[in-house]
Amino acid sequence: MTTMDTTEPSRRDFLYIATGAVAAVGVGAAVWPFVDQMNPDASALALASTEVDISAVAPGQIITVKWRGKPVFVRNRTDKEMAELAKTDVKALRDPQTDADRVKKGHENLLVVVGVCTHLGCVPLGHAGEYDGWFCPCHGSVYDASGRIHAGPAPLNLPVPPYEFLSDKVVKIG
Amino acid sequence: MSGPSTYVPSNGFTRWLDARLPIVRLGYDSFVAYPTPRNLNYWWTFGAILSMMLVVQLVTGIVLAMHYTPHVTLAFASVEHIMRDVNWGWLLRYMHANGASMFFVAVYVHIFRGMYYGSYKAPREILWILGVLIFLLMMATAFMGYVLPWGQMSFWGATVITNLFSAIPLVGEPIVTWLWGGFSVDNPTLNRFFSLHYLLPFVICGIVILHVWALHVVGQNNPTGVEVKSEQDTVAFTPYATLKDAFASVAYLVLFGWFLFWVPNFMGHPDNYIEANAMVTPAHIVPEWYFLPFYAILRAIPDKLGGVIAMFGAIAVLFVLPWLDTSKVRSATYRPMYRTFFWVLVVVAIVLGWLGSQAVSDETVRWSQVLTAYYFFHFLVILPVLGLIEKPKPLPESITAAVLAKTSVH
Amino acid sequence: MTMILSGSKLGFAAAAAAVLGLGLALAAPASAEEAHGPVIEKQSWSFAGPFGRFDKGQLQRGYKVYKEVCSSCHSMKLAAFRTLADEGGPGFTADQAKALAATVKVPDGPNDAGDMFERPGRPSDRFPSPFPNEQAARSAMNGALPPDLSLMGKARAVHRGFPWFVFDAFLQYQENGPDYVYNLLTGYEDAPHGITCADGLQYNKAFLASTCIAMPPPLSDGQVTYDDGTPGTLQTYARDVSAFLMWAAEPKLEQRKQTGLKVMLFLVVFAGLLYFSKRKLWSTVPH
Repeated sequence: MTTMDTTEPSRRDFLYIATGAVAAVGVGAAVWPFVDQMNPDASALALASTEVDISAVAPGQIITVKWRGKPVFVRNRTDKEMAELAKTDVKALRDPQTDADRVKKGHENLLVVVGVCTHLGCVPLGHAGEYDGWFCPCHGSVYDASGRIHAGPAPLNLPVPPYEFLSDKVVKIG
Repeated sequence: MSGPSTYVPSNGFTRWLDARLPIVRLGYDSFVAYPTPRNLNYWWTFGAILSMMLVVQLVTGIVLAMHYTPHVTLAFASVEHIMRDVNWGWLLRYMHANGASMFFVAVYVHIFRGMYYGSYKAPREILWILGVLIFLLMMATAFMGYVLPWGQMSFWGATVITNLFSAIPLVGEPIVTWLWGGFSVDNPTLNRFFSLHYLLPFVICGIVILHVWALHVVGQNNPTGVEVKSEQDTVAFTPYATLKDAFASVAYLVLFGWFLFWVPNFMGHPDNYIEANAMVTPAHIVPEWYFLPFYAILRAIPDKLGGVIAMFGAIAVLFVLPWLDTSKVRSATYRPMYRTFFWVLVVVAIVLGWLGSQAVSDETVRWSQVLTAYYFFHFLVILPVLGLIEKPKPLPESITAAVLAKTSVH
Repeated sequence: MTMILSGSKLGFAAAAAAVLGLGLALAAPASAEEAHGPVIEKQSWSFAGPFGRFDKGQLQRGYKVYKEVCSSCHSMKLAAFRTLADEGGPGFTADQAKALAATVKVPDGPNDAGDMFERPGRPSDRFPSPFPNEQAARSAMNGALPPDLSLMGKARAVHRGFPWFVFDAFLQYQENGPDYVYNLLTGYEDAPHGITCADGLQYNKAFLASTCIAMPPPLSDGQVTYDDGTPGTLQTYARDVSAFLMWAAEPKLEQRKQTGLKVMLFLVVFAGLLYFSKRKLWSTVPH
């Protein structure tokens, strides 16, 4: 038995290295299911879209709908509000974006934004703040009627979720 | 066995740490330099396999608890939610369910290995008792875990097993009501079983640490049962035992994988895919396979309290095993008569298990009674007497002498 | 290991003899008992064995049988329309699954006025139940409750007994559920002499719980028209719907078996490497 000890070191090392490498691959692959199980499951992904009837949203009104567990603001803006927004100096904004970039063509008055402050996730109050857009009660971020950030700690405009008009009356979010 | 530490910190940081918290030293002394008998066979790898299974059960269990809901109206559906919707949920749940069975397979091998080689004898009595304690806790944990999916077998298993306590005179009924938190197995029962099922594995971990500690104080037994006498009798735990344990563990995973991926419901019962119904008992209720020998013992005694006493007695007798076996020789290799009785006991345990799975008939009850009687006879009569009348074969001088005698034959 | 076996031949032989004796003693009454039990013929299924996969066409046909026949009395609460388009399932496209969902009415609400309403189903909805609750089902079904079919593929099995259950583990027999459902659906017969079923019950040679079953024979030749031209016979309906019920009970079966192949291959290679590493390492140490 003791005579088996004469194998050259390189072959022995290769065997140990190969075993170690395969072990590392195995551990890596085994970890993935335990990580992935915390991602949204199939039933949560299936609820990823919400349909909203917008025919009842009067000019000047904001409705809040739930999409993926978060509030989404749907705001039918008045012509007066649109005129105010047109005066905004886009270049001076913290997150420069024109109002036209944040709405769908042919439905310019209708704004759809995720109602979550881009600072730390509170829900801003509608028709509040200096620009009569939104005002976040947590840390005082001020948004205009296009959901763009003007003042306060929030870094970005309220995000526009993916949505489409299924008809003139129905919007599908997500 | 532990001896003086041979750990030498290699750099400034480890020296600094070692003076404050010698945790690296502890790990080094316990799992690297620790001297392990050179003649251990593969039956000794089951300690490592059990550690692996404990980790598998803990990790999958913690993850399953992220998706499971312990409420009578939601529990069954939440398990199916795991099976259908959660990413890799089917894998995690089948791993946990079959992992329990694999855990018990390994623990039974481990226990019978200890019995064969006399690993419970002085100075390893505390080590053995801690092991039996772990086995008891495992049974409690497994029983409560089986209730959580809230299928028919969960519900009726919980009902029958908790009712065992009603056999206790006078205080039996109040105890059962207290266990249930009501007048039948219901939501409070499910809630507390979930809580305890999550808690007990950590208690098991604590006792496992004591078990390993006790092991490292007295040292491992070995197939000859002769104590380690010189450094020559041992090899370093790492890499020798570590690598062997790693091989055995991965080989065990192949067996685990066979059930997990290809026959995941083999160990289960179809009735547990029917949601719990307090109004209907399934025609044929059986516990999980690892409880079957004890279940057969319970059913063998035609008296409520007597059956319960016999069943718990079958485990209790293991606690005093170190004092029932009067032989000075540890290993069955040198005890020809004991070896025969050992294998008879193994078969008796297996046949009791099979009887536990059968529907009750006069025939099965009669056989269960015979074998139950033999089970206790083995521990209470055969073992004490055998030590006095048996003439053991001559023991080897040392582990090394035994090894060299064996290899020179080749 | 060899040491134990060689050293204990006597004990082993004694033990084996004991098992054999007991086995023989108990085998006689057991087999006599089985003669009265349910009669189950094993079927061959595409999803059996380590390489098993569902036959998509069969699952689609099975779904049609379930929808047109079974679902008028049985619920299937755990299955969602979206899963009809999942990998390893009947292989409907997402649009087909959406269209199938839209054919049913799903209660929803309350709306802004506070009222409950019905809307067309969406893929995220689960299969609708024929009865609002157990009591309604029993009252419509002459007191019997049609069981939920979500897990029927796994919730029934005929007891296998020794030694068959040992072979089952090695031969990977896990199709007890669909075998049973197939045999039940095709198992209606005239009651043999000496057995009379109560009013409203039928004799069924495969029925597990009793000799007579409350469900009238649900399937007959030509009852459902298959879209793919498969002949519509009692046997094909029974076989297809049994396969569909297995999928409904275990929708991740294919994923499980495919993952299993990869993992097992890996483990065998890894175990082999560890074995040779261990042998190399121990080659200098007699043990």
